[in-house]
This record gives sequence, C-alpha cells and structure tokens, in this order.
Amino acid sequence: MVPNSEVRLFGMWASPAVWRVEWALKMKGIEFEYIEEDVSDKSSSLLMYNPINKQVPVLVHNGKPIVESLVILEYIDETWNDKPILPVDSYERAKARFWATFVDVKCREAARKSFFGEGEERENGIENLEIQLKALDEELEGKKFFAGNSIGYTDLVVGWMAFWLGVAEEAGDFKAVNSSKFPFFTAWIENFLQDPLIKNNLPPRDKTVEFFRLFRQAGSCAKANVK
Amino acid sequence: MGEGELKLLGMWASPYVIRVRIVLNQKGLKYEYFEEDLTNKSELLLKCNPIHKKVPVLIHNDRPICESSVILQYIDEAWSESGPSVLPTDPYEHAMARFWAVYIDDKMRSTLLGILGATTEEAKAVKITEAMSMLELLEEAFKKCSKGKPFFGGDTIGFLDVTLGSSLTWFKTIENLSEQKLLDETKFPELVEWAERFLSADCAKEVMPEVQKIEEYITVLKARSAAAAVASSK
Repeated sequence: MVPNSEVRLFGMWASPAVWRVEWALKMKGIEFEYIEEDVSDKSSSLLMYNPINKQVPVLVHNGKPIVESLVILEYIDETWNDKPILPVDSYERAKARFWATFVDVKCREAARKSFFGEGEERENGIENLEIQLKALDEELEGKKFFAGNSIGYTDLVVGWMAFWLGVAEEAGDFKAVNSSKFPFFTAWIENFLQDPLIKNNLPPRDKTVEFFRLFRQAGSCAKANVK
Repeated sequence: MGEGELKLLGMWASPYVIRVRIVLNQKGLKYEYFEEDLTNKSELLLKCNPIHKKVPVLIHNDRPICESSVILQYIDEAWSESGPSVLPTDPYEHAMARFWAVYIDDKMRSTLLGILGATTEEAKAVKITEAMSMLELLEEAFKKCSKGKPFFGGDTIGFLDVTLGSSLTWFKTIENLSEQKLLDETKFPELVEWAERFLSADCAKEVMPEVQKIEEYITVLKARSAAAAVASSK
C-alpha cells in the first residue's frame, strides 16, 4: 500500500487504452478518481498534464502525470508492488513485454487498416490480422490465459482484442476472428470477458459499436476532404 | 542470476542494435556477436524471431529476447548487480525515461527518413521543422532528467541516453546530406554537449558507426528501393 496516495485517471469511456489502466488499478485495489474527457474539447488539466500527446489515458499520482498506457501499467506495478501484474521471472517479463509491443504496434496497425481501409489496403489489413491472430493462438495453446490460470499483464494488454476487435468488426463490417482457425484465442476471449474483473468493467457494447461506426464515417469524410 | 552464454544477432548500422551493444559494454558483459545480412537472413534469426524476423535479438542461454527496449529492460533486470542501472530505480523517473524513449522512437525514425526521402523543398522544410520541435522538447527533457548531471540517466549512460544516442551518426549523416544543421549548438546547447560526452564514452565509441559508412549504406538502400520500384512496375 502506498500511504497518502492521490490517484486520478483522465480517460474517455470508449478508449481501450484507458480501460486497460482501469483494469490494472482495480486488480490492485487502488482507489482513484476518474475524470471523463471530452476529446473534442480537451480540458486545461489534460493539456497541462500531457502537453506533448494531449491524449488519454493520463494517470496523475500525487500531482505527477504519467502517460502512455503501457508505461502507466508498469508504473502501477512498480509503485504498488503487492499482487504483481507482470511476471516475476526476467525472461517471462521479457516475453510479456514482447507481446505488448506486438499487439499495440502490429495488431493495432492491421486492425486500423481493416477498419478504415478500403480495397487492397483493407484486404492487406485483414490478412495481416489473421497472421497475427495465429501467433497469439499458438501462444495460448494449453493455457486459459496468457499469464496462466489467472489474468496477468499480457492478458490486460491483449485485452482490447477481446472486446474492441469484435466492436471494430461489427462497426467496420469485416471478419478476422474465426473460432475454427483460432480456437485457443476464441476460447481466451470468452474466458477473459467472463472474468469478474473484466465483465463488470467494459463500456456498453451497443453504444461502443455506434461510436465506432460514427468514428469510421468521420474517417472516410476526412479522407474525402483530403483528396 | 545473469550468468551463462550470450549471443547478439545484429546489423552494424541499426540504432536498435547499437543501443543494446552499448548497454552490454556498459555492464561489462561478454557476448558473441553475429552480423546479419538483412537481405539474406540467417536460419538462427528466423528461428529466434519468427514473428518480426528483425534484429536485434539477444540470445541468453539459448532463449531469445526480441525488441530493443524489451532487451534493454531484460539486461537491466537479469544483471542488476553488474554495472550501473540502465533504467532509473525510482518508478516515476523510470516512467519518464520510458515515455521519452517511446517519443523518440516514434518521431525520430519518421522525421529523419522524411528529411532524407523528401522529394520537394517544401516537404523537406516541413520535416525539418518537425525535427527542430522534437529537439526543443528533448533539450527540455534533458534538463529535467539529468538534473545537472552529464547524462539523461544521471552520472552514467542509461536507457534514454542510448535510445537517443544510438541515432547520432544517422543524425550527422542526414545533416550532411540535406545540408541542414539540426543539432545546432546555439539552439540546443545542452544536447550538443551531451552528444559529445556520449560519443566519447568508452562503451559507445567502438560501436557507433562512421558517418561515411552510413552515407554509403544510404546510397545502397536508395539503389535497392529504386530497383524494387522498377521491378514492381513491370
């Protein structure tokens, strides 16, 4: 326990990066104040705490801001170091961090192309997503969660793919996740979403699908305006 | 904890590889180095990093670790008793170092390659302005992180020093090729002095490539991509 601790989280209800920080805070039993940001009209506090990226999530601990969700997760784990989220063994930690970079860079890019892209770009995105899902599926063979029998760091960071990838598929009208091609990954999605920590800590699905549908339309308009 | 056999798969010009070598040197760790031909990747590389097929890969007692930032953290944790800490021990300073490293890796590559690849003067000017803004932020970050000491990491070279420092030869090369001073001592005096200290450090000296070699390499890369463009348009 960290005594006399003031923890604030600046977030946005639909953002997967924000939710993964919330999951980590709740897993550790850390009390925090949540501040919802209107990302089209950012508060002066957000701009003060994150002048470089001006993005959520921002964790403010005793007045000091930490940004970038993966950096925040490690900060939380180091500062409140009971009930560790990251593995203890150095090599297992390296593997967990590797998967974090993989899903946040490669998978996110492929999902972006599949969701916003058209024609060849979209096909390329879906093809890449399938290759990536295969890798994740192989990693999960014989395991309930990436971390073993219970949720850990890797599950929290891949977590966006359990919920938001399905949302993107519905809002963007494409399909990549397939239970016969990726049986372990599909089972993991079920296990992850049913876990008590996660089940009660997700945005409402219909509202999120609608939000992403509008987001996609705005993306297409922006592209059209640029042409 | 950290004993046993170390191998590093790398490529001489890659800042991601260079930063790992500097840290291994700093920690006084012996390792076997394998230079990869990225146009003809070795079986070992493809086996150890099947997902990305990229360098650097550190192999410790036959177990591969991939991604340079992951490798640096691994070295720090596995050899915490040897040599200075790579990352700050204070969680907040650790978070700051990792944040700036993400910023540098995001911006640096695209900005520098953007300057190099710009086909018009306007496009080049846009990228140069981006580079200048980035350096302004880093000048401020240096003051905050170093707190008057010689490096971002304090008394010794750390995570953020190698993340930025490993690109210094590319920086210099692109300054020459674009005829544009980026690391200007009048605008960024702290960074310029830091760069000189970094480049003269024992752990960095022998692994930083020469400007001329990078210039030659850029010529090779441009020829290769021109050939590929011709081939794909047929």
